[in-house]
Amino acid sequence: MWVTTKRVARYGVAGFVRNGFVSLAAVVIMTITLFVVALLLISGAALNSTLKALTDKVDVTVYFTTNATEPQIQDIQNQLKALPEVASVTYVSPDEALATFRERHKNDQLTMQALDELGTNPLGAALEIRAKETSQYESIAKYLNTQQSAATGSGAVIDKVNFYQNKTAIDRLTTIIQSSRRLGIAVALVMALASIIITFNTIRLAIYTSRDEIGVMNLVGAGHWYVRGPFMIAGVLYGAVAAIVVLLLLYPITLWLGPASERFMGTFNVFNYFTGAFPLFFLALMVSGIALGALSSYLAVRRYLHT
Amino acid sequence: MIYFENVTKIYSDGAPPAVADITLGIDPGEFVSIVGHSGAGKTTLLKMLFAEVYPTEGQVFFGSRNIAELSDKDLLKMRRNIGTVFQDFRLLPTKNVYENIAFALEVAGKSDDDIQADVPHVLDLVGLADKIWNFPHELSGGEQQRVAIARAIVNQPEVLIADEPTGNLDPINTHDVVEILKKVNDLGTTVLLTTHNKTVVDSVGRRVVTMDQGKIVRDDKQGKYVL
Repeated sequence: MWVTTKRVARYGVAGFVRNGFVSLAAVVIMTITLFVVALLLISGAALNSTLKALTDKVDVTVYFTTNATEPQIQDIQNQLKALPEVASVTYVSPDEALATFRERHKNDQLTMQALDELGTNPLGAALEIRAKETSQYESIAKYLNTQQSAATGSGAVIDKVNFYQNKTAIDRLTTIIQSSRRLGIAVALVMALASIIITFNTIRLAIYTSRDEIGVMNLVGAGHWYVRGPFMIAGVLYGAVAAIVVLLLLYPITLWLGPASERFMGTFNVFNYFTGAFPLFFLALMVSGIALGALSSYLAVRRYLHT
Repeated sequence: MIYFENVTKIYSDGAPPAVADITLGIDPGEFVSIVGHSGAGKTTLLKMLFAEVYPTEGQVFFGSRNIAELSDKDLLKMRRNIGTVFQDFRLLPTKNVYENIAFALEVAGKSDDDIQADVPHVLDLVGLADKIWNFPHELSGGEQQRVAIARAIVNQPEVLIADEPTGNLDPINTHDVVEILKKVNDLGTTVLLTTHNKTVVDSVGRRVVTMDQGKIVRDDKQGKYVL
């Protein structure tokens, strides 16, 4: 068994080296395929990061009346935290709200004057709510509305919920995020499928050139695995070499695109992502390259094997 | 040893049979030349012996075993017992002479030590000891055919099938190849040779089976090439 494995491996490596041109063509095609795989990984991460940054910017704010007491607000905060859709609830005190307001309108003399003339803080406390998904803001807003209408008279402490001002923007963003994810998956699937078909056909062509050789091996009395083994080893080598080439190419490319990607997408730096997730890239490219090479060779040789 | 029993082979419906109802027995150690025009059915007859094609009707026996009933494993084992040589040499182009011959020994499960001893020995026998590390494309036609014969006989098969082995060779190489085949036969291997070459058949001077349109029309124990 060991002797056979050793012989198969030796012939596989020899075949890879001696069929230089065919191997080169297969490695080039495989490199393109694995490059697509790497692009899919990067674009998936970039999309997720951008969507996350956008999602983080969306929130719903509940403004309380000035006469709302802190225990009342805390009660509502606790109720909100108990909702499964809610990711976080941040309390903004009237003083903090005023400070933020002053900061935002510091160049607006008229507003500042009016505020100073009032003497008291006209702003109530607020709760900034972040949902786990943008699509969940509506149900949170509905929940708050029910609370608001249930409490009447002096019990009504919620002044307004800003969801309805932001509704159009939030709805549009939700649609964009959902369709981007769906489109991303669809594009990834189509590209991956196209690459796999191209690689499979290239390896099939490479093995087509050896069909007579396979016929002779059959005639000499070689078993199926003895014939198939060296071609599968060569397939594995196509994949492994292509994976290494792609990893080597990605370093300078992502280094070059790093600053541009950060400018374009805000928080996402493609070079930092590549270096940070290098083990993932190495594993994904090696495994997909080797599996694709071995499987394509296995299927291609099967066509010419007969006893 | 080899027995074709009422064998017919039709490749496609409506086509005339390539081999029509042939019955032929071959004893161990015989040297049989099968002659006939192109399309007479010589190659098809040989292909049925190593199961590259199966008969449409009738049976082919190798020893006592019906080839059509062999399992894949037994079929491969049987092929290792039949050496084959073809007009177009059919060497493995990406393997050198040593590897081409070693391959036949490897599939038969021989050890590395045996292979290292046997390959130079068989190359000596066909006169190519100095070409051991050359690749097929670096050899002349005659040399390639001698490598093919070396590969075919290195496992000391019971039968050597030579299908038009001299078809691509000049008279000198043809003579050399025929001499090697005779030597192999003298060592006890049954040889089945198909050829168009009258000189070859006449120089062998053994049993001659003549085929025409898929049928055996002559079978002479000490024959000459007559069509």
